[in-house]
Amino acid sequence: MSPTELKRSRVQLHADHVSNVSSMDFPGTVTTGDGDDDLSWSLDRFKQSFDINITSLDPMTLTFDMINVDASIANAFRRIMISEIPTLAIERVYVAENTGVMQDEVLAHRLGLIPIRADARLFEYFDPASQTATDLNTVVLNIDARCERNPAAPDDTVDPYQKYTHFAVTSADMTWVPQGFQAEAFAVNPIEPVTRDILITKLRPGQAVKCELHCQKGIGKSHAKWSPVATASYRLLPEITLLQPIVGAAETEAFRKCFPEGVIGVAKNADGEPEAYVKNPRLDTMSREVLRHPQFADKVRLTRVRNHFLYTVESTGIYDPHVIVAQAADVLIEKCKAMRKALVEVTQLGVEV
Amino acid sequence: MRYHGKKLSDPINTADDKWRLLPAFLQTRGLIKQHIDSFNYFCEVDIKNIMRASREVRSDVDPTFFLRFRDIRVQKPAVTDHHTAVGYELTPHECRLRDVTYAGSIFVDIEYVRGKTLVRQSNIEIARMPIMLKSSRCILTGKAPAEVAAAGECPLDPGGYFIIRGTEKVILIQEQLSKNRIIVETDRVGCITANVTSSTHEKKSKTYVAITKTGRAVVRHNSFQTEVPLPVVLKAMGIESDRGIAELVCGYNKDYLDLFAPTLEGAAGGNTSGDGVMVRTQQEALEWLSGRIRIPMRFGGPPKDRIEEVKDLLATTLLAHIPIEMHHGVPSYQAKAVYLGVMTRRCLQAIKNGGLVDDRDFVGNKRLELAGQLLSLLFEDLFRSWCSTLKRAVDMGLKKTQRTNRFEPKLVITQTSRFITDGLFRAISSGNWNVKRFKMERSGVTQVLSRLSYVSALGMLTRIASQFEKTRKVSGPRSLQTSQWGMLCPSDTPEGEACGLIKNLALMAHITIDTDDAALRRLLLMLGTVELTTLVGTDLFATAQTYLVFLNGVIVGVHHQPRRLLRQFRRLRRAGRVPPLVSVYLSTNHQTINISSDGGRVCRPLIVVERGRPLITALEVQDIIQGHKTFDDLINEGKIEFLDVNEETDANIAITEADIRPDLFTDVDLIPLNTTHLEIAPFTVLGAVAGLIPYPHHNQSPRNTYQCAMGKQAIGAIAYNQLRRIDTLLYLMVYTQQPMVRTRTIEMIGYDKVPAGQTATVAVMSYSGYDIEDALVLNKGALDRGFGRCQVMRKFATQIKTYANHTFDRIGDAQYDAKGVVLAKFAALEVDGIAAVGEKIRTGQIYVNKQSPIDSSLSSGTHPGEGGGVQTIQFKPCPGVYKYPGDYSVVDQVCITRNEEDQMIIKTLIRQTRRPELGDKFSSRHGQKGVCGIIVNAEDMPFADSGVMPDIIMNPHGFPSRMTVGKMIELLAGKAGVLKGELQYGTCFGGSKVEDMSRILIQHGYSYSGKDYVTSGITGEPLQAYIFFGPIYYQKLKHMVMDKMHARSRGPRATLTRQPTEGRSREGGLRVGEMERDCLIGHGTASLLIERLLYSSDVYDMQVCQECGLIGGWQGYCPYCKHRSGVASVKVPYACKLLFQEMMAMNVVPRVRVGPL
Repeated sequence: MSPTELKRSRVQLHADHVSNVSSMDFPGTVTTGDGDDDLSWSLDRFKQSFDINITSLDPMTLTFDMINVDASIANAFRRIMISEIPTLAIERVYVAENTGVMQDEVLAHRLGLIPIRADARLFEYFDPASQTATDLNTVVLNIDARCERNPAAPDDTVDPYQKYTHFAVTSADMTWVPQGFQAEAFAVNPIEPVTRDILITKLRPGQAVKCELHCQKGIGKSHAKWSPVATASYRLLPEITLLQPIVGAAETEAFRKCFPEGVIGVAKNADGEPEAYVKNPRLDTMSREVLRHPQFADKVRLTRVRNHFLYTVESTGIYDPHVIVAQAADVLIEKCKAMRKALVEVTQLGVEV
Repeated sequence: MRYHGKKLSDPINTADDKWRLLPAFLQTRGLIKQHIDSFNYFCEVDIKNIMRASREVRSDVDPTFFLRFRDIRVQKPAVTDHHTAVGYELTPHECRLRDVTYAGSIFVDIEYVRGKTLVRQSNIEIARMPIMLKSSRCILTGKAPAEVAAAGECPLDPGGYFIIRGTEKVILIQEQLSKNRIIVETDRVGCITANVTSSTHEKKSKTYVAITKTGRAVVRHNSFQTEVPLPVVLKAMGIESDRGIAELVCGYNKDYLDLFAPTLEGAAGGNTSGDGVMVRTQQEALEWLSGRIRIPMRFGGPPKDRIEEVKDLLATTLLAHIPIEMHHGVPSYQAKAVYLGVMTRRCLQAIKNGGLVDDRDFVGNKRLELAGQLLSLLFEDLFRSWCSTLKRAVDMGLKKTQRTNRFEPKLVITQTSRFITDGLFRAISSGNWNVKRFKMERSGVTQVLSRLSYVSALGMLTRIASQFEKTRKVSGPRSLQTSQWGMLCPSDTPEGEACGLIKNLALMAHITIDTDDAALRRLLLMLGTVELTTLVGTDLFATAQTYLVFLNGVIVGVHHQPRRLLRQFRRLRRAGRVPPLVSVYLSTNHQTINISSDGGRVCRPLIVVERGRPLITALEVQDIIQGHKTFDDLINEGKIEFLDVNEETDANIAITEADIRPDLFTDVDLIPLNTTHLEIAPFTVLGAVAGLIPYPHHNQSPRNTYQCAMGKQAIGAIAYNQLRRIDTLLYLMVYTQQPMVRTRTIEMIGYDKVPAGQTATVAVMSYSGYDIEDALVLNKGALDRGFGRCQVMRKFATQIKTYANHTFDRIGDAQYDAKGVVLAKFAALEVDGIAAVGEKIRTGQIYVNKQSPIDSSLSSGTHPGEGGGVQTIQFKPCPGVYKYPGDYSVVDQVCITRNEEDQMIIKTLIRQTRRPELGDKFSSRHGQKGVCGIIVNAEDMPFADSGVMPDIIMNPHGFPSRMTVGKMIELLAGKAGVLKGELQYGTCFGGSKVEDMSRILIQHGYSYSGKDYVTSGITGEPLQAYIFFGPIYYQKLKHMVMDKMHARSRGPRATLTRQPTEGRSREGGLRVGEMERDCLIGHGTASLLIERLLYSSDVYDMQVCQECGLIGGWQGYCPYCKHRSGVASVKVPYACKLLFQEMMAMNVVPRVRVGPL
């Protein structure tokens, strides 16, 4: 790889700092003379080069590669996923009875953080001006838990779960009270907490928690409880380049140990000696351990591919993770449209003036 | 639980596991235990001694009558219910809630003469004694944690304090100079003096022997009008020959004799110094002294002969602690004479050594007074005065010739019993300790126990207050003494004026209590001490191996094989024949052996090393862990021993086993070099509060001191019963966490169970510019999820009083408007007129709608229910109005109860839940405090490859100048712990090693340095630097913006001066002070100056008569000139007009000359 190409397309990791962190993909930055220096953005080229590879998908987590976009675009996706995709979360708690040790505010705060499975796209935002709750902007849940002594408990037990009934109030105690259109719309996918084993509070005999919980639509920017992701983040694709061969049993072993398991492989080379080769750079965690060893100082180069993003999206369970990414794209498109509209207005204004 | 991290079956390595003795130590002694021990000693032993000292009350009226106390006991706290009249056990928590004193009765058994018979009566209450929590008289003692919890108390609560009228009071440990010990000093004039403060139960006095500028030894004492030449005093004590005097002081030492010669020449040779002392015999000396003494005031009895008075003084007041032996009714002053001789010799020695004097700040010269001793002083004084009132009452009772009913001493006793009770209660609740007999007037002895956090309470109980005045500018008493090692914490002291004067006990320090020394005296004689009475002066300093033997500052005699005595004594102590806390040490310098058994010495346990081997082996440690043995067992076996500071100077203590030096068989004369003791755990040099700091040995020392101050302000859990407490102000954290990096101390004091802080993921980097000057950047996502959330609870108490005229306060219900809706002001009230639990309450709303009778004076004589016409009582509203900043609060608890006086009290606890906001103060455990500078949205936060975002971003400029390397290691260890899934240790002088931590990081794919590759959340590009990233334990401090923020444009003014009020609570203005004024003058901004000082403050239109210059014109009319012209209006500060009026009231005429503008 030519030094210019290296500088253009790679972030390089040194022992004490990171270099080439910023993208320089704009026209005229590099002149190589070989005609490859036209860095102006073109849709065709983008269409050709852009790629998304899903590496794993399960109900809670999605990992995928996004290749050939600028960091700003990649980051926009991440930011939108964290803070701008609407979900439903408990916003108002009407406490009828709370005789447990936990104070009302703390209880309400805890309830708010419980992810509620409901498709927020079917709801409207609550209008703070009118303050009226309708079936279109509010989902009602109930929680009614009363702790009593368990008559069936063995005498010698000290386990409060056995001694008392309803010792722990969990998300399983939340019941959905359908309002208006909701019963029909959510007949297949009833609204409920994502997980049923979230501990809310603990009670003792005679204590009770009885509340009506109102869920409203919101986005993660205003409160983290509305964020559909536990976190969404990306890292750049690691790349390990061996500048000189690393041979010999001891040497290769030491080299291998500088990286997480599976990053470096060892194979017999032509001379029959063990030689290290890069097996799976993707697994590297960028510990830079190898740069700490002087014997490898000039033999290895750690870089990351600047336009290759490895995403991890951990859903809170409200949406499937791939839905979150798709929604993020929608939000981004909406933003672009809004931007374009604003730009047009500004230009028109400019003409008038 | 106590031996966290190790299983019983794990192999024991003594070198590493010695610290395991510590929990065992803390169970039996240590930390708070000294308060408790001291109080127990007072309740069980001392109180009986006090009673015995004045057990008889006799009457002047009837000489055959006497009343004698046979026994005295302190009972466990109990009260009688006012309504059912049933007595029941009082729990401390009930006291706190009901504003009652946690006190038990003091019962006496008496016998007295009635006619010709002796009557005995038992269990008569003479007073109520406040009971220290967890003392032997406390109901909590000996209860299992579950029972303690059932009594509403926290099992972790250390006890050691009192509850007086509902407030928790601590009697601070008082530090003072040792009593009954000779201290050589340079006095104000520059003379070398030896002084001793004698203190016995009967007398306190201070005696000086000084060598004057002319080289003469003189004695100074309060009872002498002038200083008295030493030979005169000695002659008065019966040592008449100069030779005898010289021998007593110098022995045959030529150097000392030369130094002492001027003294003798002055006394015998007559008029050399012009003081005209011509004294040769004892009689002459007594006569000479009789003219120079101050006779104490005495009541009653015929005046004594002056010579007798002198004899009395010599026997009792001078060197009061030296007992006088009577030989056939004649007092023998020999012991005192020898003592004076020794004092003089010390002075001469100091001169000989070029003015080398004792160090007052040496901890061995200090005694720590504990609650028990202080209470004993107070009680003795009260008991004696009460006895004299009792005597007067008895006299009165017996004087009555016509007795309607028989004289009953029991009645008199119960009638006067409030005297002692009130005295005790008053002293503890006000902290003013006044003991007339000893002229003791101390204030600030007690303090309210700070319940800000668990450690603040704990820290308060180990606090030591010094008697030294705070204002004096000397560094000596404030600086760290080497002898404080292991006894007093080197870090835990406040900054500022009390720096170094208020100290804290180290973790293993123990304070002795008084023990009887009669048996020790016998033992010393048995071990070959030659008794003083058999000796003459020359015997005292016969050879280089003749050592004086002191027992608690009193000379017992001499010993000729001092090291042997030392060895034997210590052997006996290790064998358990001598109490373990008796110390013995040898001073080659003074040629003395000193044995101390008095109270107030600080000491600490050490492992005994014999023949190069510590006596604590793996076996003993195993026994302790498995509970086969207690710490006291090891002491009884002589394997661990307590050394006080003086004995420590005699010992060679190894810090680790590797440091033990082999046994060197040294000659008896030489100082032995072999190791005698081994430290149990070096981290115990620190106290309980400094013990919270991880890796303190890597920090710059002031940082640890700062943390000690801040750890006490951290919001967290206070106790297990925190939600049942109704304190004036209570700060609680909603989600507390125990630290990832803990210390052994944390486990031992239970901080991991009631922590005050949270582990935050910290990125050390610059971000946004809102992080300069230690400001922190907080992640909004973290705050949303509950980071740093805390609750502030405030008590609002109201009394429902009953007045003398049988009227009483009442509680009204809410008021309604015309439509029948409750007025907003009353919205929080329930039907009973008291705020409902769980209801939101805002500033201006009422929490108790109290109404008081308009007329509550006795004279009005309204007796409702007493026939004679129904009178309607008029009530005026005096509601409890809630006033507190912030959006809203919630009523947390309402407690309706009655106090001891059967007055009804309503306590309303109002709570506020707060999430961190801009300006709230946070601190790590390394003295690194900072306020929140900005709250950043989660998506803007930088993130690591794993997707982790920091909760807090800290600016790296905090590190270089503070040098808190411990914080960096905490981050590293914390990160390693998180990755490996285990807690790490940052114990002082130990803890998890950085190398191991780095290894764990590497194993988990992180950089060894703790620095991560981080991507900017704003640009999405990687940061150019690797970021130091990991968990650090953060404390939220009690200083919150919501309680401090304040601004005003217009607002209330003071009535007198019409100037804006002062202070936030009165919505006051912000003062433009002198210096601000100077700035405005300097800038030449005259109009601004006028505006700030006049228009925005107390501008007033003053009417001035242009003719007479007097103020007070009204509507253009001057009342002085009596005409209606030339009255001008002048704008002046109201304060100025006030001044003029005040001057006029004093007959000073201020005239204002008004010129044209």
